[in-house]
Amino acid sequence: MSMTATVAHAHADPHHIGRAAEHPGPAPKRIVTAYGFWVFLLSDIVMFSCFFAAYAVLSGQTAGGPKGSEIFEQRNVAIETICLLLSSFTCGMASIAADVRNRFWFYLGMAVTCVLGLIFLAIEFREFADLVARGYGPSRSAFLTAFFSLVGCHGLHVSAGVLWLLTMMAQVFAKGFRADVLRRMMCFALFWHALDIIWVGVFSVVYLLGGGA
Amino acid sequence: MSDQTHMHVEHDLAPGEEEQHSVGERILGYVVGLGLALLLTATSFFIAGTNLVWQPSIPVALIVLAIAQMGVHLVFFLHITTGPDNTNNVLALAFGLLIVFLVVGGTVWIMAHLNQNMPPMDQFIRMHS
Repeated sequence: MSMTATVAHAHADPHHIGRAAEHPGPAPKRIVTAYGFWVFLLSDIVMFSCFFAAYAVLSGQTAGGPKGSEIFEQRNVAIETICLLLSSFTCGMASIAADVRNRFWFYLGMAVTCVLGLIFLAIEFREFADLVARGYGPSRSAFLTAFFSLVGCHGLHVSAGVLWLLTMMAQVFAKGFRADVLRRMMCFALFWHALDIIWVGVFSVVYLLGGGA
Repeated sequence: MSDQTHMHVEHDLAPGEEEQHSVGERILGYVVGLGLALLLTATSFFIAGTNLVWQPSIPVALIVLAIAQMGVHLVFFLHITTGPDNTNNVLALAFGLLIVFLVVGGTVWIMAHLNQNMPPMDQFIRMHS
């Protein structure tokens, strides 16, 4: 009876505008934590936007060095993109498994996410090492400085994400699906998906737009 | 149990949290998101390397596809939707996007004009010597 009344009330006032005074207490910790982390992610995206702006300004300043179209390999970028996309999917599967407290699917999803993240990092590292070996390091031109700092910053985030992922697996192994561990898992999933969004910007702006010009 | 459901009706959704609770529906959401994202990615890579479309339209198409794919990720992976319990998350996102557009748009705009207004360096040195 009271349940139906609540549902009817929720429909009449979907944004809970009239009920702010009825529930003055703080939101549950799960919501506060995830919201705070969401604000951090947005500030991280703002930081990336500065790197994107620098790249957009400097992408033509090659100082006699190589242009983007001469050093980018579309095939590697396509493999990296597919790795990150699939890892975002498996990370989603792992967070569903964590919510229903299924250890096997959680470990499997996280392990696949980790492997895909490591493949991405290996391809990116090989690309960077190859460029530096050919003399096209970050100090060669303003374009290469902007390229290495933008793509490298994303790569550092992915590396931190892989470390965090392994920590989450260890915490679930040692502590089980406790409320605090589940909150951390939720933040990790947000982080990993946000990295994928930034990679969409990177492959579109840096590799496809820069490679075509 | 009914208390739990009650809690969900009362409070906002955390970012990344979904409204429905059946595991099958949640997995389906991720599958649909993955399918759309793969489709958009494939289109981006195809358009970047093809001669079949009018060449000046390619940069615009790539940017539109990238924004569409970011939208797909936000809705299907991060579960940021326009639902009533998501208002706070969407407002934070809107503010973040405002800053991003100010930074990127402002930088590109100002630097393009600076380049236009600055004569090449050798000419500049001749003018002042």
